[in-house]
Amino acid sequence: MERTLSYSEALREALEQEMAADPTVVLFGLGVDDPKAILGTTKGLLERFGQERVFDTPLAEDGMTGAAIGMALAGLRPVHVHIRMDFLLLAMNQIINMAAKMHYMFGGDLYAPLVIRSMIGKSWGQGPQHSQSIYPLFMNVPGLKIVAPTTPYDAKGCMVQAIRDNNPVLYIEHRHLYYQKGYVPDHLYTVPFGKARVLNPGDDITLVGVSQMAVECLRAARHLEEIGIKAEVIDPVSLYPLDIETISASAVRTGHLIIVDNSWMTCGAGSEILAVLAERGLLKKIDVRRMGFAHTACPTTPTLEAHFYPDAGKIAVSAHDMLSPGKRWSPAGELHREEVEFKGPF
Amino acid sequence: MEKESRLIEIFYRSLYRIRRVEEEIVAVYPTDKIKSPVHLSIGQEFVSVGVCEALRPSDAVFGTYRGHALYLAKGGDLRKMIAELYGKQTGCAKGKGGSMHLADAAHGVMGTSAIVGTTIPVSVGYAYALKLKRADSVAVCFFGDGAVDEGNFHESLNFAALKNTPVLFVCENNFYAIHSHHLTRHHSDNLCERARAYGMPAVRIEGGDVFKVYDVARDHIERMRRGESGPVFLEVITCRWKEHVGPGEDFHLGYREEQEVACWIKGDQVPRVRGMLDEQICRIIENEVEQEISKAFRFAEESRFPEAAELYKDLYKE
Repeated sequence: MERTLSYSEALREALEQEMAADPTVVLFGLGVDDPKAILGTTKGLLERFGQERVFDTPLAEDGMTGAAIGMALAGLRPVHVHIRMDFLLLAMNQIINMAAKMHYMFGGDLYAPLVIRSMIGKSWGQGPQHSQSIYPLFMNVPGLKIVAPTTPYDAKGCMVQAIRDNNPVLYIEHRHLYYQKGYVPDHLYTVPFGKARVLNPGDDITLVGVSQMAVECLRAARHLEEIGIKAEVIDPVSLYPLDIETISASAVRTGHLIIVDNSWMTCGAGSEILAVLAERGLLKKIDVRRMGFAHTACPTTPTLEAHFYPDAGKIAVSAHDMLSPGKRWSPAGELHREEVEFKGPF
Repeated sequence: MEKESRLIEIFYRSLYRIRRVEEEIVAVYPTDKIKSPVHLSIGQEFVSVGVCEALRPSDAVFGTYRGHALYLAKGGDLRKMIAELYGKQTGCAKGKGGSMHLADAAHGVMGTSAIVGTTIPVSVGYAYALKLKRADSVAVCFFGDGAVDEGNFHESLNFAALKNTPVLFVCENNFYAIHSHHLTRHHSDNLCERARAYGMPAVRIEGGDVFKVYDVARDHIERMRRGESGPVFLEVITCRWKEHVGPGEDFHLGYREEQEVACWIKGDQVPRVRGMLDEQICRIIENEVEQEISKAFRFAEESRFPEAAELYKDLYKE
């Protein structure tokens, strides 16, 4: 019987084990020590490691990011937690002007190993300022590493890797992933950045989904399977460095590629991947589509929100349309979340 | 008394050295060999010298784009600084930072920034780490009166006081953020009151006396080392003699009176401290410093520009 944890449990275990292994790791952010403990991901860590290493902060995102950089310069390995990715907009100055420049700007004399955790919100009326997913902004900035793990296995391994990395790492979580379950080893391990993961093998079409959109792609693949279409689902895992080779090889093989951003599409992961494929002259052989958030702010009411996000049904319809143009089809019924539990081992 | 005289020599050497380095920069600037904007510290050196003489090599300082004086006063390598201004491979940032981004980690110079106020929270985080490690070192952050307008300043002072971190904030108040006077940006002349409101002692030092700066800084720093004090705010009134950026003067712009600077030139610490020493000692110091400066400029001149391959190096730490 393989060991199964939820994404949030995997994240918590990564933090606890790495904090136990490395006394220089500190964890802070709004609410890390409150009763809700960042949806359980920091639960029990204050009790185990004490308030010098696990602490709540003032509502000062930019200042606390600067403080994290300073701690890193002094030899600590800080993990700064934001319960909403939208809050990173308050810390852009320190993230981009300082953290991303710290090593290069001083000719390699300084370096700042730090992890910035942030969570993408969705549904339950999160609305315009609690649902943003701004990783494309950061993909444009040299000096940062960006990971958005989807599976519990990768959640743990990427967190350990992020803490051990000697650079600023943006670690992007998605609230809906927290309850996903999957295989997670009990020991400490790392997942290297820059290696995409094939979540489902297939030969007919390649679906690339960022963060929670990888789950939507998996669900879409189940729908497509019912009509005999085998979709390969790829989770990039890390957005910088980005494993273009795995995506490219799969797309060349299937001849059809849909990239589903967990964000607006303009200058997004999809744009970047397609631009590289175009430069390599591969788009003559591959049909491509991009999907992502509607180019508007995220509305609160569910009836409008349903039109805002891509989902499994929309992805499946789009895939079917690419493979059988002009033939109408839509998947029957909704799949339960449990049906896309992640199976390991990886 | 002998120790006192030794201390004066150290102060004079540091003041004279920084002044002469920047005068050389002014002299060389028209040749366009310096490939970097320069924000000169001339007139403000006494702040860095006074504070840094109270520090140990293991203490860390953080500064601004007007950072030559701080870098040198803390022990930063002069040759690497000049080479950096020249954009050479041998520069402290291998030609990637220039005058505004000086660092010398081996001597505790932990970076200067061109974005106003950005090193303040970094210094607080550094101090937090020192406290966590039970070190008896301190962090010192230098910034101007423009930085107190920034949110980072307020976020940082609050957190520093909250966690009682060993950090000394040194606000070099030269009254101007580029050309905007402090009182066109602030309701009141009350920087120290603001710092006190966050929960830390604050001292305003007027008159430009390098020894006064040293005494006040040393007292607070020693208390921090012993764990008897958390953060402290110093407001040191000073004057930038030159234009905001560049080697010249700026009285023609009309935003300030020449008289404002003239009284500071009259109280200049370089000749004042020189006057406390024997002429012969001064000459020895000056001779040594002049030789060091010529060597540093020659080193910069003779060093190579970085090769193209350097462009992508040091973006990420292995």
